[in-house]
Amino acid sequence: MAQEPKKLLILGGGTGGTLAANRLRKKFKASELRIDVVDQDNQHVYQPGLLFVPFGLAEPDEIVRRRNKQLHRGIGYHESAIQGVDINANTVSLENGEILDYDVLLVATGSVLQPEETEGMNGSQWLKTVFTFYDMEGASALAEKLDTFESGELVINVIDMPIKCPVAPLEFAFLADWFLTEKGVRDAVTITYVTPLDGAFTKPVASATLASLLEDKGINLVTEFNTAEIDNEGSKLVGYDEREIPFDLAVVIPLHGGAAYVEESPGLGDELGFIPTDNATMQSLVAPNIFVLGDAADVPASKAGSVTHFEGEVLVENIEAFIAGRELTARFDGHANCFIETGFSKALLIDFNYETEPLPGHYPFSVGLPLLKESRINHLGKLMFQSFYWHGLLPGRDIPGIGSDMPMSGKDKDLVGAGTTPASATEKGN
Amino acid sequence: MTTKLLAGTPVEVNEEGFFVDPDVWTEDMATELAAEANIAVPLTDKHWQVLHYMRKEYFEKGTGPTVRKLGKSSGVTVKELYQLFPKGPAKLAALCAGIPKPRGCV
Ligand SMILES: Cc1cc2nc3c(=O)[nH]c(=O)nc-3n(C[C@H](O)[C@H](O)[C@H](O)COP(=O)(O)OP(=O)(O)OC[C@H]3O[C@@H](n4cnc5c(N)ncnc54)[C@H](O)[C@@H]3O)c2cc1C
Repeated sequence: MAQEPKKLLILGGGTGGTLAANRLRKKFKASELRIDVVDQDNQHVYQPGLLFVPFGLAEPDEIVRRRNKQLHRGIGYHESAIQGVDINANTVSLENGEILDYDVLLVATGSVLQPEETEGMNGSQWLKTVFTFYDMEGASALAEKLDTFESGELVINVIDMPIKCPVAPLEFAFLADWFLTEKGVRDAVTITYVTPLDGAFTKPVASATLASLLEDKGINLVTEFNTAEIDNEGSKLVGYDEREIPFDLAVVIPLHGGAAYVEESPGLGDELGFIPTDNATMQSLVAPNIFVLGDAADVPASKAGSVTHFEGEVLVENIEAFIAGRELTARFDGHANCFIETGFSKALLIDFNYETEPLPGHYPFSVGLPLLKESRINHLGKLMFQSFYWHGLLPGRDIPGIGSDMPMSGKDKDLVGAGTTPASATEKGN
Repeated sequence: MTTKLLAGTPVEVNEEGFFVDPDVWTEDMATELAAEANIAVPLTDKHWQVLHYMRKEYFEKGTGPTVRKLGKSSGVTVKELYQLFPKGPAKLAALCAGIPKPRGCV
């Protein structure tokens, strides 16, 4: 008699859940593995596009597609919020009353914004003078606001790490400089970038490059600022050290945590709702049959789509091995790369992993894209990425010549050692 | 790497003053380190609660908690943490607790 297929249940149908489902569907016959995906809605947002919405460079409907349409045939789709996981019974309960059981669980529910965790953020000025561009509602409302904003103090504030795409707030500052310059009102606006980090970015060489770009563009940098409160009446950020930063328009990046159901699932997540995960294999540390992909994992890598993509290749191999009862041998090296929009149709590119910080040079080889340097070609790369996202990354096609490991061949290795910090030393100041 | 005399014992610390070997830490050393950082000594019960929690987390998880995690699970609120260990609570508490600087986020 034929054996029952094993059951793989994937929580979250975003970047990670979708690419893993599609890649695994190609590896297993339906008679070997049943694959189901759960998500709370059917709107898949291309999140990097949110950066462009406030400046009218992307329209909301250009960056959203239906989730179930991104999944290949033979993958089940359940549209309901997840309520909880019972890691002992191997079951997941959904808000619509369904209870799903699994042999292997993949947690890919990303991170959620938690504006309510900062005093005053959800206050009377929310979506009036205090905005975020990290979700569609905020990005669209901010587009309207920026339309009429012509003078005063624009303050960009990252409340605390971790956040998705840690360079996006810097890109917002660069694009705001460009946008206000084009409008002819740049002289009437002060732009201030306020961060809890001790520099513009977490990694030393890139941090120095980005800080000097901020300076060139006349953007003020305030570091080691830990926001205690947004004072709605007084229109100012108040720090735990009692420093105050007045604003006319505040663009904030709220605290991030894991998906809400994690807290309701005993033993699944840490204090912030992220899942303890092996840095290299993407197997969770909470149960051997639970794997984690993307922002939901607590690995010391950026919460970014590129990271999710590179992790995905390793994860798929390891889930295959796990189902076959073999040892997990594929290893993720922490590889991340991101284009950083710097305004005026330019961008720079950074590429790094757990061990090596972003270095100058070229990607992926010595004749490739310039690293850590502004160029038009990188800006085009960033724009082309959306098409690659829908047609390459989500369906699970490989890019020729680009593997999940970070390439070293085009990099300026002289700087290794001078500023290189192993992951264990990439700490943050508080 | 340098050696620093704490509570009469030579202790190896890194460039930023964090302990190389958390096992050699004693409460007397914590008091000296806190005084150096301009925290009023003797330390209060709340200070000790945070320091012992930091050490417990470090030995269990291999890294000290960040401020947000401390605020959620140490029993001391973030606001109080900034009062107890001004400027950078996680960093300063890790320093006084004799554990490495907490690994932050990238
Ligand atoms: C403004 C912005 C700009 C960005 N720019 C870049 C960039 O330039 N480059 C880059 O590489 N990355 C960028 N990112 C980050 C990137 O989008 C994410 O890191 C990536 O999407 C993570 O994939 P994921 O699968 O882990 O999570 P997601 O793609 O966010 O998917 C998580 C899914 O889980 C679902 N979910 C959550 N909770 C529940 C629940 N309780 N029940 C049911 N479903 C649930 C959600 O609906 C969602 O679909 C950016 C992000 C933002 C916000």
